[in-house]
Amino acid sequence: MNGEQPTRRDFLYIATGAVGAVGAAAAAWPLIHQMNPDASVQALASTEVDLTPVKEGQIITVKWRGKPVFISHRTKKEIEEAVKTPLRDLPDPQTDESRVKKGKEQWLVVIGVCTHLGCVPLGHQGDYHGWFCPCHGSHYDTSGRIRKGPAPLNLEVPPYEFASDTMVRIG
Amino acid sequence: MSGPSNFQPKSPILQWTERRLPVLGLMHSSFVAYPTPRNLNYWWTFGGILSFCLAVQIITGIVLAMHYTPTVAGAFKSVEHIMRDVNYGWLLRYVHANGASMFFIAVYIHIFRGLYYGSYKEPREILWILGVIIFLLMMATAFMGYVLPWGQMSFWGATVITNLFSAIPGVGQKIVELLWGGYSVDQPTLQRFFSLHYLLPFMIAGVVVLHVWALHEVGQNNPAGIDVKSDKDTVPFTPYATAKDNFAMVCFMIFFAWFVFYIPNYLGHADNYIPANPLQTPTHIVPEWYFLPFYAILRAIPSKLGGVLAMFGSIALLAFLPWLDRSKIRSARYRPLFRQFFWIFVITCVGLGWLGAKPAEGGYVIASRILTAWYFLHFLVVLPLLSYYERPKPLPASIAESVLGNQPMAPANVKGSS
Ligand code: HEM
Ligand code: FES
Repeated sequence: MNGEQPTRRDFLYIATGAVGAVGAAAAAWPLIHQMNPDASVQALASTEVDLTPVKEGQIITVKWRGKPVFISHRTKKEIEEAVKTPLRDLPDPQTDESRVKKGKEQWLVVIGVCTHLGCVPLGHQGDYHGWFCPCHGSHYDTSGRIRKGPAPLNLEVPPYEFASDTMVRIG
Repeated sequence: MSGPSNFQPKSPILQWTERRLPVLGLMHSSFVAYPTPRNLNYWWTFGGILSFCLAVQIITGIVLAMHYTPTVAGAFKSVEHIMRDVNYGWLLRYVHANGASMFFIAVYIHIFRGLYYGSYKEPREILWILGVIIFLLMMATAFMGYVLPWGQMSFWGATVITNLFSAIPGVGQKIVELLWGGYSVDQPTLQRFFSLHYLLPFMIAGVVVLHVWALHEVGQNNPAGIDVKSDKDTVPFTPYATAKDNFAMVCFMIFFAWFVFYIPNYLGHADNYIPANPLQTPTHIVPEWYFLPFYAILRAIPSKLGGVLAMFGSIALLAFLPWLDRSKIRSARYRPLFRQFFWIFVITCVGLGWLGAKPAEGGYVIASRILTAWYFLHFLVVLPLLSYYERPKPLPASIAESVLGNQPMAPANVKGSS
């Protein structure tokens, strides 16, 4: 029986199976995609903050997309520390300049979520005077960059812009 | 290997139904006539205890769900409402919350029993893997249940554990957002966890059916780890196993009740009586005790992805155990070296559990690393090597001989000579 030709029935089996598989995948997609962030969650995606009451040396926490965002009004010393740090000392090298808006270097805006497993780090703490995450011991500097501990990345800078000199829009 | 069932109900009505759906016969052959090895000890009673735990969780859970509200604004309040206002609500919740711990105590004993007596070996590999699947489903269920009261530990436990998936290169963040249904743990997360927390126990029940089916196909292992060879090696399930199982279960219930009535919050965390606050992490977050060894492994590895892989790997390894331990001898009784390594492994696991509750700093981290390394070495190096180098002790000729000594075979129902 060698050299047997595929029959029409073989073809029909494979064709039916293939159509069935595509159909099952098509039916599964809505069932999976419904779990993704829905339209109402995405609509809440922008927050405005008035910066006038934030004093130099103060960090405030605002909520954006359900997450804390730190707005740090940095002192001269803090900015200097961040700028002076050589890039080779950083696990996730980024200049301070690239993490703030030009002319607004006193304002550091970062998402207050530890890039390790998502805890909220504590401000003005840790070996680098930025943030310290109590969960598993990650230290961030005054630019929110990771310096020590299990977190792999710097605190994320959210998309934001200055609507006016004292008003910032996050998202 | 189902028992000799020539089950014939007496009542004509039951005879009528039995001819159409032989469910009574199935019950009879599985739980009455079913032959069990005559040498089973109390470590074999935990299967029954686990079924009891599952039933308790399902029953109390369904009742709790009649009063619980799965919303960010309402969840914490509704749990307090259950505790203060609902008739016997305090009891139902304390039984459910402590029941989860009891479930894990029982499952850990059950698993270590299997490790000691080699119950994972040929022909019980599928039975063992089904057990590992049940264990994974239990962990998922308990994790999602713990999120429901929406206290600080609920919220931050959920945050840290879901973030484990962000370690996956490339798509990690997308997967985490899919799990959350948003950009942080929030209403959609709570609501889907409630839905899944309701569903998974029934999936566990389904896998338990397969587990018991596989068990009845290949037969129970036993403390001697040798196969049943004749009727003299077994006794009928009822009354022997039923009585022993029931006695053990009552003892377990007393232990359970002691927690529920005297120290209901001993195994929990005070911080979970503070409502969830997404802007502030508690200074010391720890998972429930039953996750601590795995949490210690996660934190022992100084890289995010590495830690996550080690943690999941430590559980996944269990499924490969039948192929890592190649020794033909099942029971540790006849494996002098394996037996010592078994106890070292138990101490390793307990030690990891203890370390998981400690802050991740200094000496604790070093100790966690050593024990984590040993955990993996035990499975990947010690067990395979032992299979080749260990000289086992001689096995008894039969189960009957192992309990009765080398004397002329006594009938199974002989009076004890104590
Ligand atoms: C495998 C079985 C189960 C396990 C291990 C389990 C575990 C848990 C845990 C650890 C909690 C948190 C308890 C607390 O600290 O308050 C919980 C809560 C809850 N569970 Fe379950 N559960 C199981 C089955 C079920 C089932 C079948 C339902 C049915 C709907 C259910 C409904 C609930 C509800 C409504 C809560 C929130 C109320 C509360 O926190 O006490 N559970 N569960
Ligand atoms: S979550 Fe911050 S160090 Fe782990």
